[in-house]
Amino acid sequence: MNKITIEHLTLTYSDGVEAISDINLNIPANAISVLFGPAGAGKSSLLRTINRLNDLADVEEVRGRVLIDGQDILSQKTDVIALRRKVGMVFARPVVLPLTIRANLTYALELAGEKRIERLDEAVERSLTLAALWEEVKDRLEESAFSLSGGQQQRLCLARVLANEPEIILLDEPTSGLDPISTGKVEASLQELKKSYTIILVPHSVQQAARASDFAAFLLQGKLIETAWGKNMFTTPHDRRTEDYVEGRFG
Amino acid sequence: MKTLSIQSRQTIQRLGFGALTLLALITITPIVAIVGYIIIKGAPAISWQFLTAFPREGMKAGGIWPAIIGTVYLTLGTAIFSVPLGLGAAIYLSEYAPNNRWTRLIRLAIVNLSGIPSVVYGLFGLGLFVLFLKLGISILAGSLTLSIMTLPVIISTAEEALRAVPQSFRVVSISLGGTKWQTIQRIVLPQALPGILTGIILGLERAAGETAPILFTAASFFLPRLPGSPLDATMALPYHLFVISTQVPGMPVRIQFGTALVLLVFVLSMNLVATVIRSRARAKRQW
Repeated sequence: MNKITIEHLTLTYSDGVEAISDINLNIPANAISVLFGPAGAGKSSLLRTINRLNDLADVEEVRGRVLIDGQDILSQKTDVIALRRKVGMVFARPVVLPLTIRANLTYALELAGEKRIERLDEAVERSLTLAALWEEVKDRLEESAFSLSGGQQQRLCLARVLANEPEIILLDEPTSGLDPISTGKVEASLQELKKSYTIILVPHSVQQAARASDFAAFLLQGKLIETAWGKNMFTTPHDRRTEDYVEGRFG
Repeated sequence: MKTLSIQSRQTIQRLGFGALTLLALITITPIVAIVGYIIIKGAPAISWQFLTAFPREGMKAGGIWPAIIGTVYLTLGTAIFSVPLGLGAAIYLSEYAPNNRWTRLIRLAIVNLSGIPSVVYGLFGLGLFVLFLKLGISILAGSLTLSIMTLPVIISTAEEALRAVPQSFRVVSISLGGTKWQTIQRIVLPQALPGILTGIILGLERAAGETAPILFTAASFFLPRLPGSPLDATMALPYHLFVISTQVPGMPVRIQFGTALVLLVFVLSMNLVATVIRSRARAKRQW
């Protein structure tokens, strides 16, 4: 089943750069979809369109449609705040908010008006458990989030998104600054999470793309080159350009 | 090129260090000299009576209590108007203002506002607050005049403090479903607060020490009792110092320097508070 349907999406920044050119793409629910390609392929722009975070950037024009459960989220009528609660995002560099570990996790719920302590406590434990961080931090929830290591901070960022009970999780090179062990923990969490969430991952390497992929899309200079289910993209690519990139001839 | 021996290189280094130390000493000499001179000349005048009594015998005896209280009132009055206004303007400029001609015009106005001589503010205050708005020579008129003078300092330091908060915090907060205002309230303002407080104190410190803006708007030569309402005129330390230094023949020098010392301590202690806030925040900051 498709969770997200992207139709003829074209995005131009105000400096004239067409970051996304006429992309058509279906993102399956309850799977990890990897969007990969070299720098400037439009991966981040595409991710940031799905939760309308591009609204903050200097975007000149967005054409086409992005349907989530059939609703066009690019429409003027979209409740952007509700959309961002439904579509969580983890960034390349872990950005913990200057609050305690606990307050980082309850932040979004409190913004939404949740005041019941037991609901907040429940969200803290559930999200940290899902992000495989509960055991490490359960006794130091009131410490500053900056006291965590880089890998822990990134898992906290993932947990923070999960606390919001989103339906879709966008990850923009979430392990690019992490050591292999932390990367492994994040990837393991994602494999667990895909059972209940729709996950879109921009991997930081082709190897990671191949490890994580249930569905893969290869992008190049704002265009969608090809898509494939499972690991097929990495074993039997159809397009010459995909093959060159996967085998490390450029990028 | 001839290679210098180790010895002569070390000599040159020592000379260089010596020269730099000397320059540093020259730089701090004036401030040490001014403060030292005023303490030496003013300290003998300081007594409990000097701080808590009214002036007597045509200012030549007694204390400066009403001038101290007047300066406190004026400083607080200035804070009431300039802090909310300045903070609001800073938040607008840092968080909301689009980068267009209108915003550039506002910035230009702020920069120019801080370049206006303080006596011109005084004249403007006289025209607008005292005469046109009929507030009379009063604490209210003086506070409003000082507020206008203080605003650019508060706006620019507060804006700078707000801008120093990393953009990534804002993006994350918004990506979690926060509105812009929630983000400002919960993340940006608390993080910028120490810097904002420092700016407010430095602005108010300037207001506390100025003579010219209150000359025509608030200050009175001598009042037999403390001001009872914001619409009363008041005595104030800087104006009092001006008066007893220029208008009263045969004034004991001791009293002049005593007054100067009190004003200096008042202003420098505000400065000290600002410094403490800033260094504490710097030690605690994690980004």
